[in-house]
Amino acid sequence: MAQKRVLMKGNEVIAEAAIRAGCRNYFGYPITPQTEVMHYMAKKMVQVGGNFVQAESEVAAINMVYGAATAGFRTMTSSSSPGISLKQEGISYIAGAELPAVVVNIVRAGPGLGGIQPAQGDYFQATKGGGHGDYRNIVIAPASVQELYELVVEAFNLADKYRMTCMILGDGTLGQMMEPVAFRDEEPIETIEKPWAANGRKGDSFHHTVTSIYIDPDVLERKNLELQEKYQIVEANEVRYEAINMEDAEIVITAFSTCSRICRNVIRQAAELGIKVGMIRPITLWPFPYKAIEEAANMSSVKAFLDVELNAGQMIEDVKLAVSGKKPVYFHGRLGGNLPMQKEILDKIVAIHEGKNIEGGNF
Amino acid sequence: MIDFSIIFAGFGGQGILSAGKMAAEAALYEGREVSWFPSYGPEMRGGTANCSVVISDSPIGSPVVNDADVVICLNQPSMEKFESQLKPGALMILDSSLIKTRPTRTDIKVIAMEASDIASELGKMMFAPITMIGCMATATGCLSRESFEKSLYEILPERKHNLIPKNMEAFDRGAAFAQ
Repeated sequence: MAQKRVLMKGNEVIAEAAIRAGCRNYFGYPITPQTEVMHYMAKKMVQVGGNFVQAESEVAAINMVYGAATAGFRTMTSSSSPGISLKQEGISYIAGAELPAVVVNIVRAGPGLGGIQPAQGDYFQATKGGGHGDYRNIVIAPASVQELYELVVEAFNLADKYRMTCMILGDGTLGQMMEPVAFRDEEPIETIEKPWAANGRKGDSFHHTVTSIYIDPDVLERKNLELQEKYQIVEANEVRYEAINMEDAEIVITAFSTCSRICRNVIRQAAELGIKVGMIRPITLWPFPYKAIEEAANMSSVKAFLDVELNAGQMIEDVKLAVSGKKPVYFHGRLGGNLPMQKEILDKIVAIHEGKNIEGGNF
Repeated sequence: MIDFSIIFAGFGGQGILSAGKMAAEAALYEGREVSWFPSYGPEMRGGTANCSVVISDSPIGSPVVNDADVVICLNQPSMEKFESQLKPGALMILDSSLIKTRPTRTDIKVIAMEASDIASELGKMMFAPITMIGCMATATGCLSRESFEKSLYEILPERKHNLIPKNMEAFDRGAAFAQ
């Protein structure tokens, strides 16, 4: 049963959700705009008998996550873009060692030290690798504080289920804003046995070891193929997206997280002008909802796509793969930490609808 | 059907962020959708602070407000900065104890009230933005007095409930300027 709605900050909800999901080991290092995750953890972890460590660096924090995960505990770290870059080595090791971990990236504008305002410039890093080697992370992009809560809990289940990193990709808006959230009385925690955990022999005839080093190429190839098989299972079972107003849509917006919220209102405004706009909002950025977008591209009512992001065009590459040249794909992006205004997006929709010659839309 | 956006702006320490949160809590109490978004960044004590609050009956798009229905200003730099971020016909409420000039725009409504002077009469500078919420609620109908009062009882710990009558006095003193 849902409890009464309370007003809470996105970052605090991330921490609360993790604790509710059974995370008792959090390791972090402060960075704007996600520091409130740490503040909340520092206060609450002690109360629930868990471990909170403010590590000496982001690199140390992710390796503490590696350690806690190896011992079979639910564990999390959080940071923002430059800090997440530092964690990539550890995330790759976690992938190689097949450990469950939750990593939160409250994205700020880059590259480099960049700025501290919201952005989505880490899409490539999150979905296409980030660290070295052939591996994947499940990447989840919540769009509201309520969804942050529900999906952080889910992230722990998915991480355990597939023994891989589940990354929550938010941004400064989502982390800093307060919105109502209704917590459940009881969390849907999936308890998954971890016989592989390196937490003592417990009567087994063998040592429990967790490693990512395989010197023999044939052994490593087998390991790699196992990983790829696992990723295929994730792709088959864990794609999540929301389709909004897609029936008879003429123009389809693709947008995730914060951008999708703004676009949701644009859909209403466009309807007032008699333009039927729908939206496909990927909730998992990996696995990506290629099929849903491909099906939209096959709809006879759909004339064009408009991809809206807080970057120079990253998810649009996946959208174009799915659309596969069947319809034009236009782009609207804002950079540097700015959010698009509804009017900017609406103007672009009107221009596309009127068949005006605007930039983008190349197949 | 309501879709209302407010910017609270002033110096850090004037209770700007808390006042925004109190307005948001009152709207939540009324069962509405609500968002609160602070200016965050390399701010310092005594520097400027602002937050955006959106109150709506439908899901909120951007919590960042660029075209506000109301701007509540508690210092001169905020008035200058946010004057351009009001919708035509929208309302600016300014603290005339601290702001000596007036907006140059002629297509907005302006209510100037001595918020800081009233607050010091009431004994705490924190009451200044509360008086302005009272003015806003009364002038626009975006919040009811009752829900503001009731939400205070919900969000404040019991040991602070003795402060609520004073808060409501501040609210009412501000409401008088809306007439």
